[in-house]
Amino acid sequence: MTRYLRLFGLQFRTSVLLALQYRFDFFIDAAIGLFWTATAVVPLFVVYGDASRPGIPGWSFGESLVVVACFITLQAVLDGAINPGLQAVIDHIRKGTLDFVLLKPADAQFLVSTSRFQLWRVSGLIQAAIVFGLAFRQLDRLPSVFGVLSASLLLGVATLLLYSLWILIISAAFIVVKVDNLTYLFTSIFDAARWPSSVFRGPVKFFFTFVIPLAVMTTYPAEALLGRLELQTLGFAIAGSLTFAGVARAVWLQSIAHYSSAGG
Amino acid sequence: MRPFAAFRALPTLLKIGFAEAVAYRAEMLVWVFATTMPLIMMMLWTSVAAAAPVVGTGGQQWGSGAFVAYFLAVFIVRQLISAWASWEINFEVRQGQLAMRLLRPMHPIISYAMSNLAYMPLRALVTVPVVAVLLATQSGHVATDWRVWLLWLVSMFGAWLITFFVNVAVGSLAFFLESSIKIMDVWLALFFVFSGYLFPLDLFPPWLRATTEWLPFRYQIALPVELMTGKLGLEEGLGLVARQYGWAALLIFLSLTLWRSGVKRFQAYGG
Repeated sequence: MTRYLRLFGLQFRTSVLLALQYRFDFFIDAAIGLFWTATAVVPLFVVYGDASRPGIPGWSFGESLVVVACFITLQAVLDGAINPGLQAVIDHIRKGTLDFVLLKPADAQFLVSTSRFQLWRVSGLIQAAIVFGLAFRQLDRLPSVFGVLSASLLLGVATLLLYSLWILIISAAFIVVKVDNLTYLFTSIFDAARWPSSVFRGPVKFFFTFVIPLAVMTTYPAEALLGRLELQTLGFAIAGSLTFAGVARAVWLQSIAHYSSAGG
Repeated sequence: MRPFAAFRALPTLLKIGFAEAVAYRAEMLVWVFATTMPLIMMMLWTSVAAAAPVVGTGGQQWGSGAFVAYFLAVFIVRQLISAWASWEINFEVRQGQLAMRLLRPMHPIISYAMSNLAYMPLRALVTVPVVAVLLATQSGHVATDWRVWLLWLVSMFGAWLITFFVNVAVGSLAFFLESSIKIMDVWLALFFVFSGYLFPLDLFPPWLRATTEWLPFRYQIALPVELMTGKLGLEEGLGLVARQYGWAALLIFLSLTLWRSGVKRFQAYGG
């Protein structure tokens, strides 16, 4: 265990050094992030811009902003911590250099997942904090301590879910090899998580709750912050995503076992 | 470069591009499926309009059906006007592969344009089911005048011209900067908000609605979509298409100027 901690420290340090080498990128990333944050927030201003408009059923302006803030948080985590490492795997698979990773005397999934971090994407967390601030000023109240705790827990769960989904996609990459733009596909499906899940109805709702659990990722933490998430749902969310992570791990081990190397 | 020689090569270039599109069909399908935003926005807006129609700036009523038709049209338009030259140029400048293109007796911009246009038949094929759904479920929200459809074709080409030459202009900045992909990101974010991609421009407050008429974005998505869904009459449409081609001409001029001064700095480093 300590060995893995030390390994993590080493891998993380390379990312830090790399980020420090391109210090100026922090400002560029933050500036561009502002534009993307605007694309997430502007539609809500339009939806609620006119008092006569009914808005999203069951969600006030402030409440929907909380969902968007959760979305921006997770997007920063996704871009900063999950995407870069797994993009590296896709490159490895295509070039056939994954063999070198597999030969190393440590768990391959651990090695590839921690190999790269885009540290400057923390600017996304700052933007999320701003939107959270806006939202709770609009609501004119503060979340309860229990709400904050369970929301943080749920955001952790969401990160685990995103990570597991990614592992599943990578396992697919072992089979189809040519998956350059899968990162892009994944990011655009995640885009659906930016609105409260009540906008989805019928089979789409089922799909986004159980197959690709986007509802769990952003709507549940927001509801926890707003103090209207039932304890039972919290329990189900945690149990469900732990199972999901287990399945993803099993699939990864399976596909690694069948990996026959791309060979250049 | 002799212009007529270039014209004779166009069919061949298109054929090569089409073969490429067929070869990378799986990748192209992933790109198509990744265009989820119009569908996500459709779900948002239909749920907003479920209780009562949304009222636009000019008093237009937007019911669920109108939103469904609008965003299906957005999906179709977005597929057919897309361009990716900016990423290609950035990549080739950095890798030095542009040197190969410069050696050919043809302007590189023409070859980028042709390989881009050659993808359109396949992309059009992919949009067929979406068109079918649009016609089958929302025929009340589709233009019926054939002259409007003719104008739609003209506006689609204009929209593609704008998208493509913005790509070339931003791509040419890669000659001056290390990489201009981040500038493209900023453009895309602005495009999302002001083009009518996320919501019909009717729903903007009046002053913003008026501003969009003077920005290029509106002519990329909203104009063809509004023609398709019968929101624009022939006369109004003609005026807007004229402005659209004004923007296209301006962008062609800008991107050619940037390209010309950029190529002079090109050193073909890398491979």
